[in-house]
Order: sequence, then structure tokens, then C-alpha cells
Amino acid sequence: MSMMSRRGVLGATAGLAAAGALGHPLARPALAQPRFPNRPLQMIVPWGAGGGTDATARIIAALLEKELGQPVNVVNRTGGSGVVGHSAIAMANPDGYTIGIITVEIAMMHWQGLTELTHANYTPLGLMNRDAPGVQVSASSPYKDIKALAEGIKNSPPGKLKASGTGQGGIWHLALVGWLQAMGLKPDHVRWVPSNGAAPGMQDLVAGGIDIVPCSIPEARAMLDAGRARSLAIMAPERDPQFPDIPTLKESLGVDFQTAVWRGIGGPLKMPAEQVAILTAALERVYKSKEYSDFMKSRGFGMDWADGPGFGKVMAETDAAMGVAMKAAGLTKA
Amino acid sequence: MTDLFEGLRLVLQTDVLIAIAASAVYGLVIGSLPGLSATMATALLVPVTFYLSPIAAVATIITASAMAIFSGDIPGCLLRIPGTPASAAYTDEAYAMTRKGQAELALGTGLWFSAIGGIAGTLSLLIMAPALAEVALNFSSFEYFWLAVLGLMCATLVARSSPVKAIASMLLGLLFSCIGMENPAGTPRFTFGMTDLLGGIEPLPALVGVFAVSQVMRALSEAEPPPLPRRRFGSIMAGQWALTKKYPKPMMRGNIVGIIIGVLPGAGADMAAWVSYALSKRFSKEPQKFGTGHPEGLVESGASNNASLASGWVPALLFGIPGDTITAIAIGVLYMKGLNPGPTLFTERASSMYALYIIFILANIIMIPLGIIMIRVAATVLRAPRASIMPIILLLCAVGAFATGNNLFAVLLVAFFGTLGYVMERNGYPVAALVLGIVMGSMVEQSFVTSLIKSDNSIMPFFDRPISAVLAAITLGALLWPVAAWLIRRMKARAPAVAGASGGHANG
Repeated sequence: MSMMSRRGVLGATAGLAAAGALGHPLARPALAQPRFPNRPLQMIVPWGAGGGTDATARIIAALLEKELGQPVNVVNRTGGSGVVGHSAIAMANPDGYTIGIITVEIAMMHWQGLTELTHANYTPLGLMNRDAPGVQVSASSPYKDIKALAEGIKNSPPGKLKASGTGQGGIWHLALVGWLQAMGLKPDHVRWVPSNGAAPGMQDLVAGGIDIVPCSIPEARAMLDAGRARSLAIMAPERDPQFPDIPTLKESLGVDFQTAVWRGIGGPLKMPAEQVAILTAALERVYKSKEYSDFMKSRGFGMDWADGPGFGKVMAETDAAMGVAMKAAGLTKA
Repeated sequence: MTDLFEGLRLVLQTDVLIAIAASAVYGLVIGSLPGLSATMATALLVPVTFYLSPIAAVATIITASAMAIFSGDIPGCLLRIPGTPASAAYTDEAYAMTRKGQAELALGTGLWFSAIGGIAGTLSLLIMAPALAEVALNFSSFEYFWLAVLGLMCATLVARSSPVKAIASMLLGLLFSCIGMENPAGTPRFTFGMTDLLGGIEPLPALVGVFAVSQVMRALSEAEPPPLPRRRFGSIMAGQWALTKKYPKPMMRGNIVGIIIGVLPGAGADMAAWVSYALSKRFSKEPQKFGTGHPEGLVESGASNNASLASGWVPALLFGIPGDTITAIAIGVLYMKGLNPGPTLFTERASSMYALYIIFILANIIMIPLGIIMIRVAATVLRAPRASIMPIILLLCAVGAFATGNNLFAVLLVAFFGTLGYVMERNGYPVAALVLGIVMGSMVEQSFVTSLIKSDNSIMPFFDRPISAVLAAITLGALLWPVAAWLIRRMKARAPAVAGASGGHANG
């Protein structure tokens, strides 16, 4: 046990300290019939070590290593609010040995004029996770169900009610905008209060500073469990099996609006078809493994699988929907 | 009671004890390397926790973070290079003690009062967690705004240079914190089209630059300081009991301030150390000794930053709200290991909670012997020639900056801040105030702008919410007090009508 944790520590340190381009020194000599993969892979994470995306990438990498028989080194490439890491994935050598975890921000950043990169710059390999936002209110809120809240929003003067849960133009802001538009309201009818993520937003909800937090249910879970907040609805096509008591917007309000954050694995364009097939098949086995579902369940993350083309479709759909919502909210760069 | 014994049994497993010992050594080493922070020590542990039992996983994080915060004091004291941002507030003081030949006293103070602070913080967690969490939940952006302003005011209190220069440094730090798109509007500012600037200026590269790199540059350009007399490194713990008896009030104040700041989400060990050092100077009977190698401020702020570390777990455990970046990572691990934060953790899984308390206390106790060994090993750098130490430090700075995000831009930032820090120090501008500005800048802006959005642009809630009103009174009082004191002194001086009395006061 001690050896294991020591090795883990050293391995992680070395992995982080080693330059992105450096491979593993122990690459096996090529045998007569080189099969992919015959040397270690690298998985780029555009977000910092210790966060939710990092943890997901690390569990996928650990399980992928078992499937492929080669080490999969996780490398955090942070900076530029995700732009730096996403660029690194798109610009990697398309030999199949550098892949990365792509997050929903890729469908948003280019609309804001932060980068030229879009989902079309990647070879999608597999969708691994999807989380839909809930509509959370404080336990002391007068709105007991989503119908009452929707009525309350419609009858309130524009800008009176406040919502929070991420920065200006962040994914949960756009979820709120999309929902308000689906109800025929203006995108700023409920005013957005920018925050540094869902946890400070949930705290301010309970402190009475704001009225609504449309963050994902796992992010709100602790406050829901503590009885300090209520989740009135989920913006998903169907109920979340982990939270079966929360109705969908469609069934409870008759408003067919849905959105989600997702995480998937992808690589640069022009990857050889054989490599893509091997990686997608391995990712599907990872997705179906007990270890993966146990991990996702424990973190409260939603499970959703799609193969390469399927993941590509999800990215394209999100991209179009985000474009509409961001234009409506005045967040796009002219 | 059975829960307590069950908790003890959970801790006294071989794997848990080994995890504590291994992560203690790991935390001590990471924390003592300039540029590698306690947060990074914790983040690097996450992949390891995948393979550990739940209690062992949480134990590694608790132990490593406590050790790293203490051991950040070591390079600060020996080389004037703080190992973690939480040590930056009192680095100058500790280094001044080393130059006076009291390195062991300074390091021992850091160690002893860190351990006491850590245990005090744990007791607060044990006894008052639900009550403290209620306090934290009543803090909205209005209260945070005043808190952030109070934090900024510490810049002038802590600095030994002229207050005008300290304020100028702090304002420059605030300007740096405006860079990037992590602002309330979500709009890129001062990025000049550079992708790398979108994420803003992190405090860590700035800290490493202005303290470590500028120190290396100074070593290049200045003659070597007179070598410290060669002598056996004295006892580390001797004198600590005397200090405890001499400064019981600063110690208690440090513990309490650390606990309160730790409980408030978003304000962590860094801020606790600053506020405590400033308070210590403000209320000391001998404020003129501060900055010349006086242990009083070390007692208070050393206790404070470790106390805040433990109490930062209160909102994390009860509501899943991170108190600082370390608990943000810990929350993820708690979920992964089935120890979901929430009040039920305290009732249905009370034995696990007791296990956590025991680990906290255990970590703070073994900190003392392991810390002594670490100090003894580290003290050899005092005897090493400067020409062989400085290149290693420069290398560590580059590696540490790169390691946080595998991004070469961070290394360039370190170099930039190193040059800036060198020029500033040369001209008497305190670099610590610059770091404070960068650390607090986004909190000031975020809390002010979001408060105005929430109140529909009315400034009244800054004054009519009860906690906010109290904080406003303290802030404005502290701001206006020097002016009032100066006026009173001036009037008194006038009264005896001493002709030609000079009115100029250097206000410290």
C-alpha cells in the first residue's frame, strides 16, 4: 500500500512536471508487427488538477490503460479559461497517441470571439458524461413547484428576480436564457448575478442574496441533502435516475427546453481510421465497466455514451443552441 | 461515545496510518519548495486517493495540506522566499530573525504555533461546526466586500515602508487582478489578444516572481551578506513555551481570527495570515519592533493560517461549499469516497466524522517531530554558499510555475514579476502589498459588482444589513482613525503653543 501511494505520488508529480511533448522513456522497441498502441498515450485536460473534469479524465485514463495495455498519462494544460488546453488537443500530432477531454465550453468560446476553434476542429472519439441543469430555489422560497416559479417570474417586473451559479455568459447563464426564451420571455427578464461557480451561487441562494440557481443537480446536491434548497425541475428530456423525484420541465411545465454540460474524449483532425476505431471501442468498454459507473455514481455525475459520430452530433447541436442563446443574451462578439 | 471509539478504530488501521505518515513527509517537502503551494500538493494527491480506502484518502489530504502550510514558513525564514502564499505576510519578519541569528526560534515559532492553531481549528470544527456554518451562510456579497476591503488595508499596516508606497504597490496589484476574463462581465480585459492572458494573473507565479526570482537577482547584483557565524543549530522547541506564556493574547487572537476567516467560503489561509499579522502589529505594545525580527507577529499569524485550514472544512463538510481551494479539492474526494457532505455526515456517519477529527489532531501532533527533522535538514542551506543555492532556486521556480498548468506562459510570468519585484524593492516599494492586491483584487471587484446587481444599484444594503453594518463601521473606523489621531495630536501640540513645532508626522 505504501509503495503504491508513493509510486502514485511520484508518478503524478513526474507526469505534471514532464514537458507536454516528452514521452515515456520506457517506450518498448517496435516489434515485428507494430500494433496501435505500442507506446504510452497522453490525455490532455484543459482544466486544473483537482476539479471535476480532471477527476473524470483521470478515471478514464486509468481504465483506458487497462484496456489498451499502455500507460495513459494525464497532462493538465490550463490557462486562457480552457482555450489553451483545447487548442493543444486540436493541434496535437494526429497519430492517435495524443487525445484529450473536450468540455462543453468548446461550443461557447468561439461565439464570444475568444478563439477560432470549434467542435469541427476535432475527431470525436466518445461522449462519456452529460449533466442537465436543475432549477434550484432556497428552502425558504415562496415557490413550491416549477409552475409557481414560472408564474412568479412572468408576473414579476423584468430584472426583479435574480439568478446565479456561474460567470456572465457561462453555461448555467445560458440555460436560464434558453428557458426564459422558451417561456416567451426576454433573456434578461431574470437578472444574472455572475459568480465564481455553482458552490458560491448555492451559498448566496441560501443566504437570501438571489432567487434561482440553475446549476447541475450534483453541484447542488449537498444543499439539497441539507434541506436548505429545493430542486423544482430538471432541464432534461427525462428524469435523472439518481434523482427520480425531480420532474422534467416538459412534464411539469409543458415547456420543452433542455440543455446540458458534457464531457467527451476527442483528438485532432485527420487521425487514422484504425486508431479511431481502436480508441472508440476501448472507450466504450471503459464506459461500460463497473469501475467507471461506480465512480460516476459516487460523484453524482450523469452517465451518457455516444460513439465518435454520435459525440460529433451532440457537439454540433450544442454549438447551434449555444449560438442562439448567446446571441439573444447579447454575449456574442459582433 | 461508541462513535468516538469506532472513529478511533477507523483511524488505527495500518493503511490509514501509513497514508498519514507518507503524506506528511510529502506535504512537508512540497510546501518547503518555493513555487509549489499547499493547493498543488493537494491536487497532486487526488489520483492517489483513487486507490485508497475512504478514511485513508481523506487523511492524505488533511495531513498533506496542514504540513505544506507549515513548511511554507521554512524557505521564507531561511532565504526570504515564502514557500506558499500563506507565509508571505510574515516572511520579512522571519528572515530578519534569521539574520539576527535566531533562525531556530523563528522556525520553532512557526512549527509550535502552527500545531496549536491547527488543533484550535479542529476543536472549533468539533464543537461549533453547525453554529459556525450558520454564520458563514449569512455572509452574502455585501459582507464579503467589506471583508475584502479590510484585507486590502492590511497592506499599509504590515508594510514597514512609507504607507504611500505600500498603497501604490497594492494598487498595482489590483491593476494586475483586472487582467483576463474572470471578471463579473465575463469580458476579456487587458489581454491584448493574447490567449494566455484570458485566465488572468494567478497569485502563485506573481508570488514566486516577486519573492524568489527577485531575491536571486539581488544575489547577483549585491555583495554576499556577512556570513552568519558558524555554530551548531540550537534547540528548535526551546523558548516556545516562554513565547506561549509571553504572548497568550496574540496566540488566542490568531486562533480565533483564523477560525473565523477559515469558515468564510472564499477567504482562506492566505488572508488569515495577513489579517492576523496586521492585527498583531496594531494591538502590540511594541509595534516599533515589528519587521526587525520580533516573534510576536509570527506567533499570531502562524497560529492563524493553520487554524483557518481546519475551520475551512466546516462549510465543506456541512454544505459542500469550499472554504478555500484545498477544501474545494477535498469535496470532490469526499463525494468519490461516499462521504457525501451534508448534515447527515454528522449524524448518520458520526464515526467517520470522529475519524476525521482524530486525523486532524494526529496530523498536528506528528507535525512537531517531523517538522523538527525537516527544519534541521533545511537549515543546511544556511551553511551552503549562496552561489550554489541561487541557481537551484531559480530552477525550482521555473519548474514549479510550469508544473501548475504545463504552460510555458506561467514561467514567463514568473520572470516578469521577478524583474518587477527587483525594481520595486530597489525603490522601497513593498512587494508583499503587490501580492496582496493580486490575491484580493478579484474578491473586491466581484463582491462589489454582484452586490450592486443584486440591489439594483442601491448602495444601502452595504450599510443596512446587520453584519455588513458592523464590518463597514470597522473598515471606515480603521480608515479614518489615523487621520483623527493625527488631528488630535496636532491640536494637542498647538495647545501649549510651542512656537515652530513641526507638524509633519510620519504615520506608521
